[in-house]
Amino acid sequence: MKSATSSTSSAGEVVLLVGTLKGAFLVWSDASRREWRIDGPHFPGESVYALAMDQRSGRQRTLAATRSFHWGSVLRSSDDFGKTWTEPDSHNVKFPEGLDASLVQIWQILPGRESEPDVIYAGVEPAALFESRDTGKSWNLVRGLYDNPDRPRWQPGGGGLCLHTIVIDPSDPKRMGIAVSSAGFYRTDDGGENWRARNVGVRAQFLPDKYPEFGQCVHKVVNHPARPERLFLQNHWGLYRSDDWGDSWTDIANGVPSDFGFAMQMHPHDPETVYIVPIESDQFRCVPEAKLRVYRTSNAGASWEPLTNGLPQKDAYETILRDALTADSFDSAGVYFGTRSGKLFGSSDNGDNWMEIAGGLPSIVCVKSAVVAPQTN
Amino acid sequence: MSITVEIPSPLRLHSAGHPTVTIDTTRHPCTSVRDLLAIMADEYPRIVDSVMTEQQELRPHVNVFVDNENTRYTQGLDTPTPNDSTVTILAAISGG
Repeated sequence: MKSATSSTSSAGEVVLLVGTLKGAFLVWSDASRREWRIDGPHFPGESVYALAMDQRSGRQRTLAATRSFHWGSVLRSSDDFGKTWTEPDSHNVKFPEGLDASLVQIWQILPGRESEPDVIYAGVEPAALFESRDTGKSWNLVRGLYDNPDRPRWQPGGGGLCLHTIVIDPSDPKRMGIAVSSAGFYRTDDGGENWRARNVGVRAQFLPDKYPEFGQCVHKVVNHPARPERLFLQNHWGLYRSDDWGDSWTDIANGVPSDFGFAMQMHPHDPETVYIVPIESDQFRCVPEAKLRVYRTSNAGASWEPLTNGLPQKDAYETILRDALTADSFDSAGVYFGTRSGKLFGSSDNGDNWMEIAGGLPSIVCVKSAVVAPQTN
Repeated sequence: MSITVEIPSPLRLHSAGHPTVTIDTTRHPCTSVRDLLAIMADEYPRIVDSVMTEQQELRPHVNVFVDNENTRYTQGLDTPTPNDSTVTILAAISGG
């Protein structure tokens, strides 16, 4: 998905970038999205929590955050769709010496605005934001966020204290937001120098003060480049929308079987349309009633409809994690998600009908997509 | 006088495929594992980054042995490295 435009695609191939606990897979199809070809595993044995495709300035660069359980995390890239990958001489995303933090894992990679084609952002654990201004050759810690006075009181969620979400304003290079579990949503309006918690109206079920200034366990935040000030938020209990870049939030859990969940995805062409996959509860993190249902709102959260055609509606004890839901940019948008049980599902018609693309993959933690020029093989 | 460092197979990509690296201690005085890694960082930065965090701590699932002694049970990265010793880097028995 492109980060700063809402352009549509009518031709080309789609590649799904699938990150798992045991490596990455590139899953290909033509515009029909009926037949799929799986390429992988890349980085076998390493977990890949973050993937991205950088298509700015004519690049076709796949970015992959790989983590060896033993040897640590590095960010690698490929300009030939995984035929070859860079192998950095040293670990390329790391905290400065002397701080109280060492990189555990990269949770999010986001190519920056079209107007800043060499900028890439990375969200990491322990919660921090890194920025590269040279297409990923070198990385710097965003000190404005790291030095935020709230930070010592941020608490790790179940996945660790991770900065897992980055949203940008394509028209304002000074404004962006991040989300941390468990700290909540923070925004900067000055290019990263200063950050303020923006969680008014977002509930923290697990704290005595249910509406603190910060400390919420935000699971995902999305926005659409055509209307960046409008944010949608999947919380650890709670679905919210903000129309003012997070200054205030409104509950939009209207008709969903559970407002607990992780994954959330904008429709590529419609800023009113959002997809989620509800999870039963924090105690039982499987889809409600063992029915695998994607929910879609087409009116910015006023109502939600279940999407079930082609998805198992019985004995489906599935979990979909925060970055395992994505959409492509074809005119008739493809929507895709992966499960912790290693199944990959897709729709080529905005979510109306679904098919199982793959089963038996390792546990899926990340699915991203890109439409690219047809490949020769 | 030298110290031999045994490189585990997953990291040999970063030692030009060599299973061992020899540190000449007459040119590079070296009294501890920490010294040794600092010397290695010039030529083998990726190996050193894979063994130690950026805060100069041994990664939790990596073990370093001096001869047959696991440095976790001696003096950690400050464990002495006598001349002619063998330092072995190994992945711990862990994973998922």
